[in-house]
Amino acid sequence: MTIVYEARTGRHGVPLIDGVDKVTGRALYTADLDRAGALVGVILRSPVAHAEIIRVDTSKARALDGVAAVLTGADCRVAYGVLPIAMNEYPLARDRVRYRGEPVAAVAAIDETTAQRALELIEIEYRELPAYFESTDARAPDAVLLHDNKPGNVEREVHHDFGDLDAGFAAADLVREHRVCCAEINHAQIEPHACLAEFDPSSGRLTVQDVSQVVYYLHLMLARCLEMDEAQIRVIKPFVGGGFGARVEVLNFEIVTAMLARAAGGKVFMQLTREETFLTHRSRPQTDVVLKLGMRKDGRFTACACEVTQRGGAYAGYGVVTILYAGALLQGIYDIPAIKYDGYRVYANLPPCGAMRGHGGVNTRFAFETLVDKMARELGLDPFAVRRANLLRAPTQTMNGLMVQSYGLAECLDAVERASGWKERFGRMPAGKALGMACSHYVSGSAKPIHFTGEPHAVIHLKLDHDGGVTALTGAADIGQGSSTMVAIAVAETLGVGLDRIRVVSSDTAITPKDNGAYSSRITFMVGNAAIAAAQNLKMLLVEAAAKKLESAPEEIVCDGGVFRVGQGGQAALSFKEVVSAALIDEGAISVKGSFTCPVEFQGGKHRGGAVGSTMGFSYAAQVVETSVDDATGQVSVDKVWVALDCGRAINPLAVAGQIEGSVWMGMGQALCEETRYLDGLAAHASFLDYRMPTIVESPAIEAFIVESKDPNGPFGAKEASEGALAGFPPALVSAIGHAIGVDLLELPATPDRLLEAIGKRRQKAAAAARKQRAAS
Amino acid sequence: MHGSARPRKRLLRVEINGRWREDAVLDGALLVDYLRETVRLTSVKTGCDGGECGACTVLLDGVAVSACLTLAVRCEGRSVETVEGLLKQGRPSRLQQAFHERLGAQCGFCTPGMIMASEALLRRNPHPSDDEIRAALAGNLCRCTGYVKIIESVKAASEASS
Repeated sequence: MTIVYEARTGRHGVPLIDGVDKVTGRALYTADLDRAGALVGVILRSPVAHAEIIRVDTSKARALDGVAAVLTGADCRVAYGVLPIAMNEYPLARDRVRYRGEPVAAVAAIDETTAQRALELIEIEYRELPAYFESTDARAPDAVLLHDNKPGNVEREVHHDFGDLDAGFAAADLVREHRVCCAEINHAQIEPHACLAEFDPSSGRLTVQDVSQVVYYLHLMLARCLEMDEAQIRVIKPFVGGGFGARVEVLNFEIVTAMLARAAGGKVFMQLTREETFLTHRSRPQTDVVLKLGMRKDGRFTACACEVTQRGGAYAGYGVVTILYAGALLQGIYDIPAIKYDGYRVYANLPPCGAMRGHGGVNTRFAFETLVDKMARELGLDPFAVRRANLLRAPTQTMNGLMVQSYGLAECLDAVERASGWKERFGRMPAGKALGMACSHYVSGSAKPIHFTGEPHAVIHLKLDHDGGVTALTGAADIGQGSSTMVAIAVAETLGVGLDRIRVVSSDTAITPKDNGAYSSRITFMVGNAAIAAAQNLKMLLVEAAAKKLESAPEEIVCDGGVFRVGQGGQAALSFKEVVSAALIDEGAISVKGSFTCPVEFQGGKHRGGAVGSTMGFSYAAQVVETSVDDATGQVSVDKVWVALDCGRAINPLAVAGQIEGSVWMGMGQALCEETRYLDGLAAHASFLDYRMPTIVESPAIEAFIVESKDPNGPFGAKEASEGALAGFPPALVSAIGHAIGVDLLELPATPDRLLEAIGKRRQKAAAAARKQRAAS
Repeated sequence: MHGSARPRKRLLRVEINGRWREDAVLDGALLVDYLRETVRLTSVKTGCDGGECGACTVLLDGVAVSACLTLAVRCEGRSVETVEGLLKQGRPSRLQQAFHERLGAQCGFCTPGMIMASEALLRRNPHPSDDEIRAALAGNLCRCTGYVKIIESVKAASEASS
């Protein structure tokens, strides 16, 4: 294995194929589209956290001049949700509201002022119910149920038990347990949610342009909720200003905008405010983790027991998958002989949580890695040595049925240990400064998709015509991560032509083949493999045409740099354009496809929920964080990060480095300052001033290293690169804080108030111990 | 706005990306809405509910301002520049090219504002240090890059200009 990218040496890779559009302002996002003649859509939201809706009167709003459509829950007959097993949400609430800010009515009008005035004229009477904002309150025996079919307000319990737990703990030299609490956070992509929907009453067709990460799900849910034939719907993704999971699920405003367009018989544009974008939420839940670990003197893990409680918000959303991921991703990174997992996904009267970068695994990884660090300290072991004592050996299968085919964690550890000067500096830093480290991993796409149909996991179409240009049609959503560039590189490299010959058209359901979109870091692995397969099919046609023209056999033809020859260095040669012309003679314009399917043995264990966590390749990361802590003010700053990621092979090292830096930094936001706050269910964080993300001023240098383990099934050996490094940051920072000032923080984020409280507790404890000692002497 | 009096409009004369133009604008119209809706310069983004994210950063007489906190009528007789105005014969400027080549833009939504704030910095300080870049871009939020490659992009553009 080799390291192919070092931040110090800089440029290596291909800029994004749509990068010039972004730096010149040409890139059009949903809100930038031509919306001449469009009505303005707005949403009325519940002012209470939990209530029955007992009366709705929209007559005054409907009577207002300039109002084209008014909708309420009564117009929403069909429930939706991202998981087929848990669709319990309506685009507009029916009969009952379950969180403050839940959509209850919507208006389309000629302008914003009229639309807002119409909202004020809608009368809704509520009968309030008890509301629960913490998991423990929602689970209390006498709590009113948010959903009648879920006793105890527990959406899903998970109990998984692998290996001999008792024997594992008995074999340990040290057993420790701690409880951590991680605050709820938000994706906070900079582009607010927006949707432009057009319904043509004559044809009965609906076209929706929208910020979605998964246009296929949106297509499905629009057909479901509007009770339309899927064939009458077209969904197009313009440029999208970030996702991070916020736009994987279909969101209420998207369906509402489409319903308004149909009701008004025309075009409706809706842009949510930043506050509404926060309320739409679907992000990482507040999570309590109780984790117990057994360790031998040599650092070997013997057993792990983990209990996770996630406060999931008012509706199911992705919840079942998130609570399963939290347990499944305890595995696949280290060799642990026994693992028990108990998970509880709880309903509460808050905006629904969902998937966010590092889905499900981040908070358990925080609990695990920080406990490892504390136990290593207690046993006098180096944190790196403990990780090295527990490495997997690929290929292997975990106890819960996950396949590990490539594994570069050892090289990641070596890279960051060396680059950070760990051996020389760890434990020898000035007061208030320290290093901390942690490891993490993530899936390269879920091997069993949520909407399982039996179809291939990815399909790509390639079109080649008289101009000699190759157009790749893909449903994979480029949301800034560079997936269209990856597709172009995969096709160009396989065909042996320059990137300038390739165009990529992404995410238009009338044109591009169905794709499961941008979630669980699936695109590089699955769509990349499909792109290679398609390009190989196209190349075969070209080679056959070249052979015919050169009066040779296809197996004799060598294609290099876009030139086709008979044999290596052969005299007779055809240019790419000449071969294209020859290939078109019999059949005209060429269309080929390529597909990729994850074999069934990769689709997870046979136990209930065993498909979650299943993947064809895990990425692995190790990182070292250097921090300075002021124990008088509780202020934590991050001075430097060294991170190494095993992404199998970097198809585009520049983009991979960008993903590593971005994911580490997002982990830093969660670790340092980001959290949502609710006051009686009212979102008190719903602006960028109140939801504090790190600015450029607080953001450190991040030195990224790419490790290539060459996955046997990945496209050119590649695996994912966008999520694996995120989960390591919070534990690395909190461990560093522990080494800097001797305080073990058990909560995220590490804000000054939390840190001062922990410092105060430690001082009280020390004082009590001193008193006791004095009394004894 | 709900009163019966017709909202007052006045004629605004302003130089946008080197061209003078005149438009009737409401007294209360924000520069961001005027640029996006009337002039159709959609590079000027709205990312927040006012003054939080910097995505609408433009240059007003060469100074970086948030277009969402600026009244359009305040620009009377003045010069406004957006990222579209940095192009020379359709080609990206050195700074734009640096953001492209160094991956200073991922999703690209904050990018026009980020580039305009950087442009203002480089005009007054052609060779800024990392900390000077951080100070100048402190009001511009990016959620994709972790800012590493944004700093690299600005540095690369400043080095190329030496």
